[in-house]
Amino acid sequence: MIFLRRQGPLLVTLITGLVFAAQYYVPHPASEQMLTSVTKWLQIIGGFALVLGVSSLFHVHAAKIRRKEAGWGYSFVLYVGMLGTIALGFWSNGKEAIDGTMTAFGWIYNYMMVPLQGTMFAILAFFIASAAYRSFRARSREAAVLLIAAVIVMMGRVPLGEYLIPISGDLSQWILNVLNASVRRAILIGVSLGTVALSIKIIFGMERSYLGGGKE
Amino acid sequence: MLKTSASFVLGSSKSSTYPRGYASGFDSPAALLNRRFEHPALWKALMLLLMTVLSQSWSPVFAQTDIQTKTPLAPPQDVRVFDTPSDGGDSLTVIWAPAPYDSAAVRYQVLLSEGTSVADPATMKVVAEFPANQRYVRESKWPWWTRPATGDQHQYTLRSGRGVELKSGTLYSITVATVLNDERSIAAPGQAAPEPNWINWNQMNNLLLALLFGGIVFYAIGTARKREIFLRRIPGLDAVDEAIGRATELGKPILYMTGAHDMSDPSTIAAAVILGRVAKRAAAYETDLLVPHREPITMAVCQEITKQAYLEAGKPDLYKDDSNFFITSDQFSYTAAVDGIMLRKKPAANFFMGHYFAEALLLTETGASTGAIQIAGTDSDHQLPFFVTTCDYTLIGEELYAASAYLSREPVQVGTLRGQDIGKALILGVLGIGTILATLGILFDAQWPKLFLDFFRDVK
Repeated sequence: MIFLRRQGPLLVTLITGLVFAAQYYVPHPASEQMLTSVTKWLQIIGGFALVLGVSSLFHVHAAKIRRKEAGWGYSFVLYVGMLGTIALGFWSNGKEAIDGTMTAFGWIYNYMMVPLQGTMFAILAFFIASAAYRSFRARSREAAVLLIAAVIVMMGRVPLGEYLIPISGDLSQWILNVLNASVRRAILIGVSLGTVALSIKIIFGMERSYLGGGKE
Repeated sequence: MLKTSASFVLGSSKSSTYPRGYASGFDSPAALLNRRFEHPALWKALMLLLMTVLSQSWSPVFAQTDIQTKTPLAPPQDVRVFDTPSDGGDSLTVIWAPAPYDSAAVRYQVLLSEGTSVADPATMKVVAEFPANQRYVRESKWPWWTRPATGDQHQYTLRSGRGVELKSGTLYSITVATVLNDERSIAAPGQAAPEPNWINWNQMNNLLLALLFGGIVFYAIGTARKREIFLRRIPGLDAVDEAIGRATELGKPILYMTGAHDMSDPSTIAAAVILGRVAKRAAAYETDLLVPHREPITMAVCQEITKQAYLEAGKPDLYKDDSNFFITSDQFSYTAAVDGIMLRKKPAANFFMGHYFAEALLLTETGASTGAIQIAGTDSDHQLPFFVTTCDYTLIGEELYAASAYLSREPVQVGTLRGQDIGKALILGVLGIGTILATLGILFDAQWPKLFLDFFRDVK
């Protein structure tokens, strides 16, 4: 039992980790085919895992409705929305349109899902404004530097700004291409090394906490 | 005759187009020229001088005419056709020598035909055409250890696509033609068949560096097992206890997110590892933990991690399966749901670990409006400004991967961190040396630094 819970997964991780690290250096079509197959396996496992996710969703919200917890009405709306969409999806054979005519399933997607997603995305503009206001208040030396850099970049990125302060265009490009790019690259180098180190730890079983079940 | 033509071209001295002065006392330009032409020896000498000057100063303009008149168009020399090394068997490469007439005016054509027998190369299919001053080996992506010819040779790699289909194992005839206006000179075709290779030698630098870095990490782990290694403070991780403590005092839950990616992404794994430490502290303080997920497999893994954390904290009875729950894979639906949880349950501490996209600011700004302590850790550099702006503490890039070592202080974890630092020091050293060499090359107009810089470029 312990083998199945600990050694087994670690062995699978070691073998697949080494094989797929080596796959990167093998251009042969057989190697590409192997990668494609395993990617498909991953998708199939993901499909099964979705059942796990949906059952978790049902369970959590059913418990909320049963216990009449605060905000249980939202859980009820979720149930109605989800079951209604699944039913209409089956009824429309999973198609958004049949012979050019929009199905009920397509109507839900186009006239409910898409506008709601668009609304959420649109809120981002206001959140950026409020976050910018908070960070641009020059309360410290760092915030003042941020404010000055942001003003220059903003002026340099819009035609009116560059018209009013002609040098702002070049200055903005310099800030983005030299200061910003160098810091971004430094972060990316650190991230890449961190990723490789974590991968080595996982492949060789030095990092096991993602498996759960302790260190035995 | 010349006299007449000069007058005809420049006009008569009595022409109305000239000012009155010409007609009344001064000679017109035509009249002046006519006078010169009365001395044939003089104008012949002048014409000869003019032609000499023109032939020198305008020679580049007439370069094309020179090629036509002086250099006969020859077929490309030393044409070699071979299977492209280190590929999947879907390409062929042709290499040929540079010619003295290589310029933008002259063009090269690459010709292809299936099979070995080509009765007339002129009937072969033209698969590529480009100016003769392009496509050199030095411009190719081959590093110096796999280059099949010197950098000054021409090369073209023919791949499947755009009307060309190269089948592995099939023999093809390929040649190159030189084209200038309507003239075309074709070299003798060469034959080769594309074959798949088992090793990509072009990427051996990558393997070598990975092995070197792996060796450094193992060495650093060995060192960490023998003696203690200093870790600099990471304020964001020091604040984890503070955030959990605050949640306990207020009797409010902790909200923990693992990012937008699935378990195949290292940032999600790092987030899951940190979740284990946070869950252990939350269990010890008996504080509720909420972990909404976007991916079912991540949810299942995090359930196991949380369960184990509660066991290790000695509070298995407090563990709830529902603490990790799935919401949806859809980006903004997930964001709306988590924003709702933040506004309704008002968690005292929000953790944003892993990789995020546009939802980052929507989540953190909502969390900030509820007054929660917010700690973020991400490797998505494009979202870092939003996290820095709206969160109390942010783990930047590699700090996300260092968090596990910092929280556990285990020799293996700390040693890995030291290995990363040694790797960074090496990269920094190479960057410094490269910068000095490039600067020296420019200052002294020297070519030798380029050798080292090319070496660094190929090895990187």
